[in-house]
Amino acid sequence: MKTDVAVIGGGPAGLAAAMEAKKHAKVTLIERNEELGGILQQCIHHGFGNFIFGEALTGPEYAEHFIEALEGVDVLLNTTVLEIDKNKRMLLSGPDGVFEMEAKAIILAMGCRERTRTQIFIPGTRPAGVYTAGTAQRLINIEGVMPGKHIVILGSGDVGLIMARRLTLEGAKVEGVYEIMPKPGGLTRNIVQCLHDFDIPLHLSHTVVEIVGKKRLEGVFVAKVDKNFKPIEETKRFVPCDTLILAVGLIPENELTKKTGIELDSVTAGPVVDEGMETSMEGIFACGNVVHVHDLVDDVSLSAIIAGREAAKHANGEKTERRKIKVKAGENVRYVVPQIINGRDMEEITFYFRVKNEMRNVVTRLIVDGEVRKEKRELIVKPPEMVRLKVKGELVKNANSISIEVKKVA
Amino acid sequence: MRKFICIQCPLGCEITVEGEKIEGNRCVRGKEYVMQEMKNPKRVLTTTVFIENAIHPMLPVRSNGEVPKELLKECMKILAGVKVKAPVKKGDVIYKNILNTGVDIIASRSMERK
Repeated sequence: MKTDVAVIGGGPAGLAAAMEAKKHAKVTLIERNEELGGILQQCIHHGFGNFIFGEALTGPEYAEHFIEALEGVDVLLNTTVLEIDKNKRMLLSGPDGVFEMEAKAIILAMGCRERTRTQIFIPGTRPAGVYTAGTAQRLINIEGVMPGKHIVILGSGDVGLIMARRLTLEGAKVEGVYEIMPKPGGLTRNIVQCLHDFDIPLHLSHTVVEIVGKKRLEGVFVAKVDKNFKPIEETKRFVPCDTLILAVGLIPENELTKKTGIELDSVTAGPVVDEGMETSMEGIFACGNVVHVHDLVDDVSLSAIIAGREAAKHANGEKTERRKIKVKAGENVRYVVPQIINGRDMEEITFYFRVKNEMRNVVTRLIVDGEVRKEKRELIVKPPEMVRLKVKGELVKNANSISIEVKKVA
Repeated sequence: MRKFICIQCPLGCEITVEGEKIEGNRCVRGKEYVMQEMKNPKRVLTTTVFIENAIHPMLPVRSNGEVPKELLKECMKILAGVKVKAPVKKGDVIYKNILNTGVDIIASRSMERK
């Protein structure tokens, strides 16, 4: 089998990448699930698409908008990619068995997966009733099965907050949301509309220290943590519950990327990409949550549109510059994507970054060859909320040093 | 002085209200939100209903407008008893004028007949 652009993953990133790439090239979209849409199909709440469509859509509505735009794309469902080699030959497994495909360009759009109990080391027994938030969400919203009646949620990221509301509306009692950090992880509006609206308590600087139960979960021990996140023994107390929902973070899904030998960024856990979303391996692109975990699906789609466009160009034999200038994370910046500027012809480039510490009244700055070339005021920047700085492509095209920093306004 | 966090978009503006003065909103939707919130808080409802002969047993649905916050649980009770049959198109009305709010419950996605 041969194609111009192979897109791996039919979630929001893969859908937008395929939609864009098909304008210029033959595209094959590969999805391991039985339908397209990825996690959007179970995210039935609204709030998607504010920036792209100017209205708040539900996850399925957002997905369907892109699925409808796929005419002309070859879609392979129930199919998974096992291997990719440097020549962009892939080994796949689908309903008819194992087969090979050769592409001129590949777009990695595998998204991310949830951290589990094992990754955060909660001691205790191994009873039924411990779920990741995404599993609970799939059970309720797609399968129509309630995971339990008395719920404790660990983690106050958006997924945890959304599930607190959803479980409450479906008749469960959410005993509380526990967050190890001193500040909530999710968007402030979700604290309001998911917790305050339903009087669900949020316990900051708290964590689950032990899981108790033989066959079914009987409860958890929670405790306050000190500033080094160490549980304080005297504050330990028992909370009876039959279900523990873990909303403790997402990790880009990069098994395939690693195996292919593509360079990964140790901070984002995703591939290092340039301004055209190309990885360290020529002709292999990446977009969406596989690169770094986003707050908003709108940004996932936007990164995918760039990847789709640039991958199609590559498939059509267009050559690009490879200047390999590293974008440095300056003052109060934890990481920046793209990590590399190669000097592509781009009208504009958006730098996405996360800060280390919360700060009010700041400017975010692009520094090129020692000079401030772009500044933007922000009222507040917080570690859980991604910051964007959009600049003209020509500002960085021929740069020899580039950095992004966040400074307090004097 | 009353404080609000706007929930209309992910920016989450912190808005303060003192008498007639509304401050902190970055757009007009923030002002409208706060005025509605003081009078009669309303929310969009998203949930699921049973569907037969489709790829999944549940169909995601939403309200096509906002319903008063205190009626959310009542709406959930009504929708728990609703069962539809595939095929369904995105936007199809699943339940009309729920609790006389003037708001319809519509399908959030299309589902073909299996």
